[in-house]
Amino acid sequence: MELNENNIGWSREEMAQKVALDIPDGAYVNLGIGMPELVADYVPEGREVIYHTENGLLGMGPVPEESEKDPELINAGKKHITAIKGACFFHHADSFTMIRGKHIDICVLGAFQVSVDGDIANWSTGKPGAIPAVGGAMDLVAGVKRIFVITQHNTKDGKSKIVNNCTYPLTGKGVVETIYTDLAIIDVKKDGLFVREMGPNVNFEYLQKHTEVPLIQ
Amino acid sequence: MINKIVSSPAEAVADIFDGALIMISGFGEAGSPIELIHALIDQGAKNLTIVSNNTGSGHVGLAALIEHKRVKKMICSFPRTANSTVFPDLYSKGEIELELVPQGTLAERIRAGGAGIPAFFTPSSVNTPLADGKELREFEGVPYVMEFGIKADFSLVKCEAADRYGNLIYNKTARNFGPIMCTAAETTIVQAKRLVELGDIDPECVVTPGIFVKKVVGVNNPADESQLIADERNYPWN
Repeated sequence: MELNENNIGWSREEMAQKVALDIPDGAYVNLGIGMPELVADYVPEGREVIYHTENGLLGMGPVPEESEKDPELINAGKKHITAIKGACFFHHADSFTMIRGKHIDICVLGAFQVSVDGDIANWSTGKPGAIPAVGGAMDLVAGVKRIFVITQHNTKDGKSKIVNNCTYPLTGKGVVETIYTDLAIIDVKKDGLFVREMGPNVNFEYLQKHTEVPLIQ
Repeated sequence: MINKIVSSPAEAVADIFDGALIMISGFGEAGSPIELIHALIDQGAKNLTIVSNNTGSGHVGLAALIEHKRVKKMICSFPRTANSTVFPDLYSKGEIELELVPQGTLAERIRAGGAGIPAFFTPSSVNTPLADGKELREFEGVPYVMEFGIKADFSLVKCEAADRYGNLIYNKTARNFGPIMCTAAETTIVQAKRLVELGDIDPECVVTPGIFVKKVVGVNNPADESQLIADERNYPWN
């Protein structure tokens, strides 16, 4: 049966929900800019998760009402946020003490590419003339205990974002634990990429066809 | 639900194991978590390496832990203070090891350990016996010695107030090594004079963010070390 490509896989919100399910109660979590920010909306009932934003807040709360926006209360993506009860503010070096000192439990990042060995490239396409911007990404992948990647499975022109070797400059080597895409949840292990779950209307054959590297079922 | 508050000092220190490296806050008696140290004496862990600025006074707190032969090595800057006899006696008999570290280097080694920085260069101790055998390097013509960050299995810290997330504030000069020791241990155990609700500590004024703290126990009437010494008390209580 020919599948309608529009009904294949998870939506962005469903992907975020899948990530949220894997974040245990009591975890300290840093969310990258973009799709990772959606994860905060889907903490399962009964769990308490504390969000760290590297510009100096532990205990990031939801997006404020328009009238409550404070220009001096923003997240790493420079978006307006709130602070929960029990939050605290600190300076940048303390913030990166939390990151580099292995105090943050989980970081959820977007990626250009993830390799079979868990390498991640998410800061520069390396194209001539492109202006590189790294921000806190290299500190996060070097210091956070568990790195989750949330990304579309393929680029807009259909290329696999899961690759044998990253062709873009690396952010970190051998750091990614799990990849959450619109097509599947894939665990990066020493002996390969293991498919843990597939999205709606995705079968293994379809998934493999859309992935540059061999997957293990 | 996050709730780091435990019901007793005994419960707080229950997991401390033989051979552990433990940081203990305090500068002299200010900030010394006496009730946690006494619970550790009761708990029985031995062969410990302790990082603390001093070695305790009289026969209570850190001095009592040392007196009960639980400590194989002290890493500190000033191992004798007024009324400090326990450590000097054992040290002169060769029954306890000492790693002497300049105070600023000690603080920075703890800070670096907590921040994921394995080593750093400092001008302190260059051209002295404390720099013997250590790597030296010149920056802009000035010699510096390389020192290593320290990480602990446990930190025992005293604070003024804590909430269930483990956010802490301290009191006056009892703050001293507390905040950095909280960052440098796998398991940080805190005794707090007051337990407060979330939000009671102004987010701008939190000194130790809760991420650095694993367990909090309320000790609302902590012992006054000077008074115990004046009263010639020993732990376990005589």
